[in-house]
Amino acid sequence: MTGTADDVEDVESFRLRAREWIRANLSPASPENESGLRAVPAEVELAGVAHDRAVQRKLHEAGLNGLVIPREYGGQGLSPAHQRALNEELSGYEWPSRFQVPTISPCGAVLLEFGSQELKQRHIPAILRGEEIFMQFMSEPSGGSDLAGVLTTAVRDGDEWVLNGSKVWTTGAWWADWAICLARTDWDVPKHQGLTVFALPIHQPGIEVRQIEMLNGARDFCQEYLTDVRVPDSHRIGEVNGGWTVATRLLFHERMMHNSPYVTSPVSGPRATGESALVQVARDAGRLSDPIARNLIGEARMLDLVTDALQRRVAGGVRSGALTADSAAVGRVLLISKSLRATQIRYEIAGDYAAAWGTGDGAAAGIGEGFLMRQGSAIGGGTIEMARNVLAERVLGMPREQTADRGIPFRDVPRGATR
Amino acid sequence: MLLDLIPDQEFFRDTTAKFLEDQVPARLLQQMAGTIPADWEAGYWRRGAELGWTSLLVSEEAGGGSVSGQGLADLCVIAHEFGRHAAPGPLLPANVVAAALSDTGAHRAVLEELLAGTAAAAWTSSAVDIRADGSDLVLNGAARPVEAADQARYLLVTGGTDGALTQVLVPADAPGVTVTPLRTADYSRHYSAVGFSDVRVAAESVVGTPGRAAEQAERQLQLALVIAAAETVGAMQAGFDMTLAWAFDRYSFGRPLASYQALKHRFADMKTWLEASHAITDAAAAAVGKHSERSAELASAAKAYVGQYGPELMQDCVQMHGGIGLTREHDLHLYLRRVTTNAMLYGTPADHRLRIADLVEQRGELS
Repeated sequence: MTGTADDVEDVESFRLRAREWIRANLSPASPENESGLRAVPAEVELAGVAHDRAVQRKLHEAGLNGLVIPREYGGQGLSPAHQRALNEELSGYEWPSRFQVPTISPCGAVLLEFGSQELKQRHIPAILRGEEIFMQFMSEPSGGSDLAGVLTTAVRDGDEWVLNGSKVWTTGAWWADWAICLARTDWDVPKHQGLTVFALPIHQPGIEVRQIEMLNGARDFCQEYLTDVRVPDSHRIGEVNGGWTVATRLLFHERMMHNSPYVTSPVSGPRATGESALVQVARDAGRLSDPIARNLIGEARMLDLVTDALQRRVAGGVRSGALTADSAAVGRVLLISKSLRATQIRYEIAGDYAAAWGTGDGAAAGIGEGFLMRQGSAIGGGTIEMARNVLAERVLGMPREQTADRGIPFRDVPRGATR
Repeated sequence: MLLDLIPDQEFFRDTTAKFLEDQVPARLLQQMAGTIPADWEAGYWRRGAELGWTSLLVSEEAGGGSVSGQGLADLCVIAHEFGRHAAPGPLLPANVVAAALSDTGAHRAVLEELLAGTAAAAWTSSAVDIRADGSDLVLNGAARPVEAADQARYLLVTGGTDGALTQVLVPADAPGVTVTPLRTADYSRHYSAVGFSDVRVAAESVVGTPGRAAEQAERQLQLALVIAAAETVGAMQAGFDMTLAWAFDRYSFGRPLASYQALKHRFADMKTWLEASHAITDAAAAAVGKHSERSAELASAAKAYVGQYGPELMQDCVQMHGGIGLTREHDLHLYLRRVTTNAMLYGTPADHRLRIADLVEQRGELS
């Protein structure tokens, strides 16, 4: 991932260069522009997308994008340490959130690992220039956690593949550009052995995108219906029927989340928006001097600090080899637990402002509606139950759960009714 | 504890681990059951001091020195081993007082005794009344619980008001000092209530500048929080390791406990708390070690998190063991005792959450 020794800028001089550029060229953090599965009008979301494309391009032109990506694909050929420095320097500033998870990682990351030279040279620079936002066509209405059980089918037709099926929980498919799609290419082998991964443009004939309305009114999750979608074989990622190898790496990079060296994400520094937002909630709910509310504010900040510290420990340990790559599951369980607790804390601080609110209630408004979505963090991107399984089985070495689909052709695996 | 130690730290850790395994094996702690002979402990402590247990926060000019250049990180490696072995010995007060004497340049002869392990010192984290009387200072009040006060030859005492704190080093046998041993759940630690009744000390007893000790007292608190957290994490690690092994060895209904998803998920959470506790403690040690502006917040975060999830993890370990976990016949309680005690010292988790909230609010006002 790094360039040759003699052309690598040292981390501290890089940091100073990044700091100077960030201060001169970026605006303060703009949470309203960040992706976040909120209930916002379509034009606000599209403005956020346009903002991210512009900031992504600015970072790219300043040489501050794709730091660990090789230069031949438009990256900077630097190291994870440079990325960490950038993340620290970005604390409190705007950033292109929609180009991180899942665009540059896991999608960009597996393109780099498994994509053909042609695919890499076409898409990685386009991502870094702010032109292509990638999403994952993974989950299906028939099941989310059991990813290798996908039913969407790809049938070979000369130099092309014909895809049929349905995908769901694709964030922002209505404004994103490309997708990485896991499809079944052989029904007569056990489930993991008959899968193949493709890259395809989302907006094309044969793909219908439907926005799903969530409990908080957000409409960013989508379901897609694929009808005779034709994908050239040159857009295949990895081997035919080797899709599970690719998907496993996708999941690995997804578990790394903002901890991945590919991902630009401001660390929650002292002036991070989260903590001041919570103080603001307490103030607007008239409870800033209430020791119960202050105790909760302290707990939320504690959990932020602990989560940051653990992500660093896991990332460092995976890098040095002290921890296996599966240890990312530890970070994920904590991140989810923290997120659940943070949502609970906001709700409790808001008190009866979470039950009913008005237009003059500032930060204390709307928290009751946000609370409805609390479990989202423990479901999306893999449930916390799956993360606990991974942790117990692959980190602690405990016996695997029994399954009824091992070693038999996927065609013969028992299935429930699909929605 | 840090995942990647440098070779010198590894050697240092292994030497202490071997010494503790040899000197205070679980079997011996079980036998002594909280009644460790004072002369035995003094000899043990002196030999531990020869391994470097008391020198890490002391400057080289004052006769100390670190292993890696990061004395507090080195000390956390030792504290972790103390936790892992539920080891006796006044590791925390000895180092906090040694650091205070080294930083202020006060009482060099006492510091030499602490470095050699020939004397123990105790540190009171709460303030008593200190007034000037002529050139003397007079102490009144009480502090509890004070670790190792019954073994200590010297007491580092804080007094005065928040705006004007003074610290003095008081000989434990000074007239008017009373040390009343308290009972504790921890088998290998001693805590006392210390009373000061018109205790008169000379002006030379002051550590630092009279009325200007708030910053050094805060520093001592942060050191104590980090050392205690590192030790707690070591005890959590020991408890978790033995419970994990048990889950593989113990069979019910023809299956190992480790094969039950309900239990696997609890182990997953325990492992997460454990790793998070390692991580925040190391982060706090790094910040406090280099006097970072984030040191107060990170030290309190380490205390608040480890103090909350340490007891939670240990009680879950008891639950995973079933009835045997509630008995003295199993070694698990040695670590439960250490974690239970440490969690409530130097401010409760709730106290430290409130400290963090104050810092968050102050930052909000400033920005």
